Amino acid sequence: MEDAIVLKYQVIDGEFQRAGEVSSDVKHKLKQLGVPADIVRKVAIAMYEGEVNMVIHANGGEITVEITPEQIRMILADVGPGIPDVEKAMQAGYSTASDATRNLGFGAGMGLPNMKKNTDSMDIETKLGEGTTITMVVRL
Amino acid sequence: MDQFYHAVTLNQDLCKGCTTCLQRCPTEAIRIRGGKARINNDLCISCGECIRVCPHHAKMAEYDSLDTMKDFSYTVALPAPSLYMQFHNLDDPNIVLNALLSMGFDDVYEVSAAAELVSEASREYIEQHKAEVDGPFISTACPTMVRLISIKFPNLLPMLLPVNPPIEVAARLALEKALKTTGLPREKIGIFFISPCPSKVAYARSPLTVEKSEVDRVLPIKDVYPLLLAHMKAVSGTDYPEINDSGKIGVSWGARGGEATGLLRDNYLAADGMENVMKVLEDLEDQKFQELDFVELNACNGGCVGGVLTVENAYVAEARLKRLRKYMPVSVNHITEEERPVIPNAKEIEYRPVFNLGSNMLESFARLNKAERIEKTLPGLDCGICGAPTCKALAEDIVKGEASENDCIHFMRDKLHKITNELETISKKLEDDPGAAGSEGLTVFREYFDAIKKDMASLDKNNRG
Repeated sequence: MEDAIVLKYQVIDGEFQRAGEVSSDVKHKLKQLGVPADIVRKVAIAMYEGEVNMVIHANGGEITVEITPEQIRMILADVGPGIPDVEKAMQAGYSTASDATRNLGFGAGMGLPNMKKNTDSMDIETKLGEGTTITMVVRL
Repeated sequence: MDQFYHAVTLNQDLCKGCTTCLQRCPTEAIRIRGGKARINNDLCISCGECIRVCPHHAKMAEYDSLDTMKDFSYTVALPAPSLYMQFHNLDDPNIVLNALLSMGFDDVYEVSAAAELVSEASREYIEQHKAEVDGPFISTACPTMVRLISIKFPNLLPMLLPVNPPIEVAARLALEKALKTTGLPREKIGIFFISPCPSKVAYARSPLTVEKSEVDRVLPIKDVYPLLLAHMKAVSGTDYPEINDSGKIGVSWGARGGEATGLLRDNYLAADGMENVMKVLEDLEDQKFQELDFVELNACNGGCVGGVLTVENAYVAEARLKRLRKYMPVSVNHITEEERPVIPNAKEIEYRPVFNLGSNMLESFARLNKAERIEKTLPGLDCGICGAPTCKALAEDIVKGEASENDCIHFMRDKLHKITNELETISKKLEDDPGAAGSEGLTVFREYFDAIKKDMASLDKNNRG
């Protein structure tokens, strides 16, 4: 059994124009592995949503992607404010984004629901004032 | 012709093995091997960037020569819309069209006329099918974009608009007309596209969107231009017939945004230039543009007027388009029942996974894992001296068995430093106690010397041999 391929990325707070860089790199690597296109698509969408969330809400953080021949695990860890009500946050359309963020075209309240929709499992660990860690798995 | 045909070649004598094309190739298809730039056939999308940037003019486009007009009894010229924008003070495309006839073509069929039909068909298609798809439709007019999507963005293939590009619609309609008017067999009729770019050469010889293109020859604008100038001068003094048959929508296809504005919808994006379109395609894949109806993509800056086989600056050409179309009707052509069958394109474009690191997922997995580790040991300068465009690309080449760490001049420098340091330590020891090593001392020196020589030789082989 091979060791997992571990990729680490820093996400910088407020750097909207850089959101998507992680997704793009991960996508390219999955294509190099010959991962089926529909799985690449799911990972890309979930990754990008997660990345944007970290840029908007969470003061940035670190994304770790572990790839094995069985699955792709994405761990998005931030030291942001935490999510007060996870259940509410998971509802489609619910958003706490500022007007400035919405003007940039973000904050439609589809972030977490889209992440869940495109992954096989999603786990949210959050503590107010300490941060949030979201672990998503897409099986191959 | 093989599906990996590309329209870019190298003049070995002119190539200095510099890293300019290497670093500008959008698909990383180039490697310097044995001091010359080699193109990987699987990855080249005929965008022409390497031709554009090569300081030694060693990269060249493949195309047909004017002499090939003699191969046919009856020839039809298909001028690309961008041709009209090459000429200073041109107000009337009729001068260009009549000059093409006077140059020796038996007929002309404007690609801009076919473009208007494609615009109409695209409008209909988008209106009928937009509810069925999630996200925008993507233009199929630039063959380089279709190639890029087919190797790098499999998820976007279903979003490609299933209409033939104007070049193909023009070729088919021109051919039908020629067959009817001349009664000649197909092989006696030559359909000649006058092209701004090598991408259309690749399209004509090896199209991805149709089984076979009806374009027989592709002449570059740059070769036709000087001849055409002389004929235009002669024509402009005469009472030439009005054969121009296209309007604003048709000629506007020659520059960025032309195709998109011809759809008469607001909800579009038009991107140009390889770097920009790559970004747009990445974002499309991440579903960033769900609200758009249409995405127009042009490999060249400015659109087709920016092609490497044109003569005029792309932005000057774009400015001329505004003057040229000023008094033109919006659109002259509307689809007739006879024309309708040549427009749709039913051929499914296949994904070609050319970026795979191995022959199966497990092998690719092991290789990517190894490449990640190797990349961390490389300097990260992306200098290109090793022959690969980036350190990452070198790491991938190494795991594929196509290169070695010794190709990296920085890795090699560190290695040589290490060897010479060891040698220094040994020689100091010998200085202190000349008798200690005896005859073995010389052997050790010899071994070190050989190791250095071997490394130097491998550097020579990889970079300049």
